[in-house]
Amino acid sequence: MAGLELLSDQGYRLDGRKPSELRKVQARMGVFAQADGSAYIEQGNTKALAVVYGPHEVRGSRSKTLHDRAVINCQYSMATFSTAERKRRPHGDRKSSEMSLHLKQTFEAAILTQLYPRSQIDIYVKILQSDGGNYSACVNAATLAVIDAGVPMRDYVCACSAGFVEDTPLADLCHTEESGGGTSLALALLPRGGQIALLQMDARLHQDHLDALMEAAMTACRSLSNVLDGVVRQHLQEVSLLTRE
Amino acid sequence: MAVDMRLPTVRKQVADSLLSATAGKHLVVPGDVITSDTGFMRGHGTYMDEDKLTASVAGEVERVNKLICVKPLKTRFNGEVGDVVVGRITEVQQKRWKVETNSRLDSVLLLSSVNLPGGELRRRSAEDELTMRHYLQEGDLISAEVQSVFSDGALSLHTRSLKYGKLGQGVLVQVSPSLVKRQKTHFHNLPCGASVILGNNGFVWLYPTPGQQDEEAGGYYTSMEPVPLADREVISRLRNCLLALAAHKVLLYDTSLLYCYESSLPHQIKDILKPEVMEEIVMETRQRLMDQEG
Repeated sequence: MAGLELLSDQGYRLDGRKPSELRKVQARMGVFAQADGSAYIEQGNTKALAVVYGPHEVRGSRSKTLHDRAVINCQYSMATFSTAERKRRPHGDRKSSEMSLHLKQTFEAAILTQLYPRSQIDIYVKILQSDGGNYSACVNAATLAVIDAGVPMRDYVCACSAGFVEDTPLADLCHTEESGGGTSLALALLPRGGQIALLQMDARLHQDHLDALMEAAMTACRSLSNVLDGVVRQHLQEVSLLTRE
Repeated sequence: MAVDMRLPTVRKQVADSLLSATAGKHLVVPGDVITSDTGFMRGHGTYMDEDKLTASVAGEVERVNKLICVKPLKTRFNGEVGDVVVGRITEVQQKRWKVETNSRLDSVLLLSSVNLPGGELRRRSAEDELTMRHYLQEGDLISAEVQSVFSDGALSLHTRSLKYGKLGQGVLVQVSPSLVKRQKTHFHNLPCGASVILGNNGFVWLYPTPGQQDEEAGGYYTSMEPVPLADREVISRLRNCLLALAAHKVLLYDTSLLYCYESSLPHQIKDILKPEVMEEIVMETRQRLMDQEG
């Protein structure tokens, strides 16, 4: 392959990780007072902020109202300073609209929408710094924000990307690996039941390798869910300690 | 001019020894199996996953006999009959107003469940329907009581008492509904010279203590008299105290608010929201509340 060598002969990646190793994850819940729920996550150098409003009355056009469940409204945006080259429009371009749609599909699978007929739940996610795996950072941040808002969900939704280089699946790709020309796959998982909420792959991959790649992504999602679980439990303990009577 | 500047600081960690105090509580996160025993009833915040009772929100498990619920730490307002709420009119419709009450659907205030000027026994004519906007229009704030809950969770409100009605001059503070303590009364005339309505929905209304009420007005008369500076200062101080208590997640009721007000007196009103002052005041309030409980 011309240019960068994504996997060294010793089996290490560009940033020194092993193929199945994730980047460092740090997260916080309840970062804003105004929103119903909010969260901030850092996955390596990718940083995302998510806020949740709702469930509330459907605003805007009434025709969107569903009589048996809640409408989920997602908006994905990237800060103009999030990429190496300054972005013109923070949201509304084709890529962002597609991402918003994917987020919507993911959370419709996880949130118990049938409990809130005629309502709307807004999820706004913003990428503050982009270093690969934007979709997964957004899903993980939004999961924490939804939990913070007290909206009922079946389970956590955890997402992770995975790539395939030199017959080895790589978990949690960074920007250089994503743009390196290899195949990449994004997967959102409900870890306890093992159901897949969303699976997306843009490039070509031989059918024989698909299982290995998905398995790598699912393992990565499960380890991410453990990290998120720790964050939620810590937050839960802190808040319930303060509000005890 | 002096400028107050702050640099970001490290977030304080709650000590592990303190966290172990929550060990007695049964805390769960979404997807946690609470019990696989089928003898229990499914309450709010739970769902059945292949015969296993599973939590759907993060919070504390509450068990009443055979009923298991999970109460989330923070959520929208779930109204119950008799709750006092403060809300804002969002829409005027036929025979009803729509009221935003921080609930999951807009609440309804029917024309037939308000006291119109002229007393209890007044008939509601078609003319009243046309002049509804004259009584309450979009953007007005009201205090009301929950009359009933519809099947989809929307609330029906009423203002059939002189203590409810349109709100005039004052300050609205929004906090999380779970921070408002349920009490016998939510209307308080505080001895510091202001009054407060602690709405169950987390909307708190601070206003100057009213003088003699005019019965004929039926709660739709709003005084436009200028409020004296002293009263406004008390209200501003109470507002900052409320925000300080909410930031440190102290339950809000008349005593906690009053204690916080008293411990804030050595400080200037604008200083109350500074993190170090806030912490000091709230600590003192907590201490006094604990002493009082004994």
